[in-house]
Amino acid sequence: MKIAYNFAFFDEGSKREIRRATLKAIAIPGYQVPFASREMPIARGWGTGGLQLTLSLIGKNDVLKVIDQGADESVNAVNIKKLVTGTTGVKTVEVTAEATLIQSRHRIPEIPLKEHQILVLQVPLPEPLRYYEPSEFVTKRLHAEKEYSGAWLMLFEQIMKYGNMSSGADHPVMVHDRYVMAPSPIPRFDNPKMNYSNALILLGAGREKKVYAVPPYTKVVSLAFDDYPFEAERFDGMSCRLCGAAGVFLDELIHEETGETYHQCNDTSFCLSRLNSVSAKYQEVPLNE
Amino acid sequence: MNDFESPILSVKNLNKQYGAGCGHCRTGDEERLMKNYCPKCGTVYACRHISFDLYPGEVFGIVGESGSGKSTLMQCLYFDQDVTGGEAYIRTYKNGEVNLFGESSQQKRHIRNHQMGKVYQNPVLGLRMGFSSIGNIAEKLIAAGSRNVGAMEGRGRTLLEHVNIPVRRMKEPPKNFSGGMQQRVQIAKALSNNPPILLLDEVTTGLDLSVQASVLDLIKKLQRQLNISIIIVSHDLGVIRMLADRTMVMLDGRVIEYGLTDQILEDPQHRYTQQLVHSLL
Ligand SMILES: Nc1ncnc2c1ncn2[C@@H]1O[C@H](COP(=O)(O)OP(=O)(O)OP(=O)(O)O)[C@@H](O)[C@H]1O
Ligand SMILES: [Mg+2]
Ligand SMILES: [Zn+2]
Repeated sequence: MKIAYNFAFFDEGSKREIRRATLKAIAIPGYQVPFASREMPIARGWGTGGLQLTLSLIGKNDVLKVIDQGADESVNAVNIKKLVTGTTGVKTVEVTAEATLIQSRHRIPEIPLKEHQILVLQVPLPEPLRYYEPSEFVTKRLHAEKEYSGAWLMLFEQIMKYGNMSSGADHPVMVHDRYVMAPSPIPRFDNPKMNYSNALILLGAGREKKVYAVPPYTKVVSLAFDDYPFEAERFDGMSCRLCGAAGVFLDELIHEETGETYHQCNDTSFCLSRLNSVSAKYQEVPLNE
Repeated sequence: MNDFESPILSVKNLNKQYGAGCGHCRTGDEERLMKNYCPKCGTVYACRHISFDLYPGEVFGIVGESGSGKSTLMQCLYFDQDVTGGEAYIRTYKNGEVNLFGESSQQKRHIRNHQMGKVYQNPVLGLRMGFSSIGNIAEKLIAAGSRNVGAMEGRGRTLLEHVNIPVRRMKEPPKNFSGGMQQRVQIAKALSNNPPILLLDEVTTGLDLSVQASVLDLIKKLQRQLNISIIIVSHDLGVIRMLADRTMVMLDGRVIEYGLTDQILEDPQHRYTQQLVHSLL
């Protein structure tokens, strides 16, 4: 194919600048490194931070997967994929295990990631203390001094309001016993996957111009109180209506005709892989007979 | 040594200036300043050579006209502002042997969270107006290391009761409250970690008289019950007369009179203090 742009859209200097910021982020786990967020052909707030990381890292032999809230087929994911393949010609896949580079919005895949993989998460609000303290000058100082009362106070307020800490995504984590970090709006269900992850996890915020990272095998602990332990979303007794999986993150859906609620894997490629392997088994049976 | 003889807090030669100073004013010749201000370079000498001791269980008053440096002094003691020079020692911190102003900002935060409480002249500075009142109290406890919600909520309830805020309103943000209630939430917050030292900057200014009286009564009650050491700043000598055992009078950033409150009221030495006392009568 004929490519009208430099490989991966950006010129090499720009990519190098983003990678330098990324290297610094990896060297200081959980620390937000500022970078010169570039103008992109998609609007800020639509994954430009993640996309810039992806474009700066991608090589000719990479295999790319893009997911949006668990789905490979959402418009946003498809558009990002088109932009990357259009400027690089790399192969894209849906099967998580086959990808070397995974860009995701608001989910970490169900299949445990491997050492040779990099997960890039899109981040809208990188600063975990922002609601507590509007000034960037002050929050930088609070991070420098490891002063995280504000993060705990926000959780305390949640408990006062709702009686528990289970109101939302983006539950703050302590990385490498040093920096409190916003894991991006992944469900609490995915927080434990960051702890000692085999894969490198990079987080990019385009609008806020920040990159940060969880290097492989890094301790990541979700903040919690002594008497209010951290709890992930629970799906006790529920399973996916399509593939039957339990112990995964499920979406709740309502049947249009019967009005019944049912559940389905949020990670669509995971669900599909299971369905394929199940049908493969069924096919095997007659062949062996 | 006897508790009543050694001070809980010692301040020595504290200086705070806004601006770098110039050849004209740096000589230290006070004649060259207009009040606390250098007419040549605009540097403000907000606190000059201030030394005093605070004893355990006493209420120490600081009085002086507007702009005399009272709030600046309190801000320096609570590390909201860096001093230009001087020393401070707390008996319960490193045996009173280490100058607090020389400590790292992390250490200062630790001192503030464990040894002090402060009520600001302006409640916006002392409270997070959009967070719940109980959360405001918890913030200080969290900063002091608590990670137990039940314990913090219990402590918060007790304190709010103490300062006469109905417990059923504890989840409301202070922005819903009247000025007097906000000051009382500030007091509850300041007391939450049982600090040996409480700093009160114009707690009653701007409140109407009956509310003023109730806040002053509260302070007296707390002081008796908790035996806490209090520095109370006011430009109102009436407040000082009612609460303070000993008093320091400030003018243009300097201490002009220092002693037992009764003595200062009966026999003021400095012309400014004489005027102040006369206006009270
Ligand atoms: N940030 C600042 N920059 C420059 N000058 C300042 C600053 N803050 C205070 N000052 C000056 O320092 C002096 C002391 O101010 P301070 O607020 O300590 O007075 P105060 O005794 O508390 O007065 P009040 O009774 O009105 O509260 C004043 O001349 C004031 O203008
Ligand atoms: Mg003042
Ligand atoms: Zn000058």
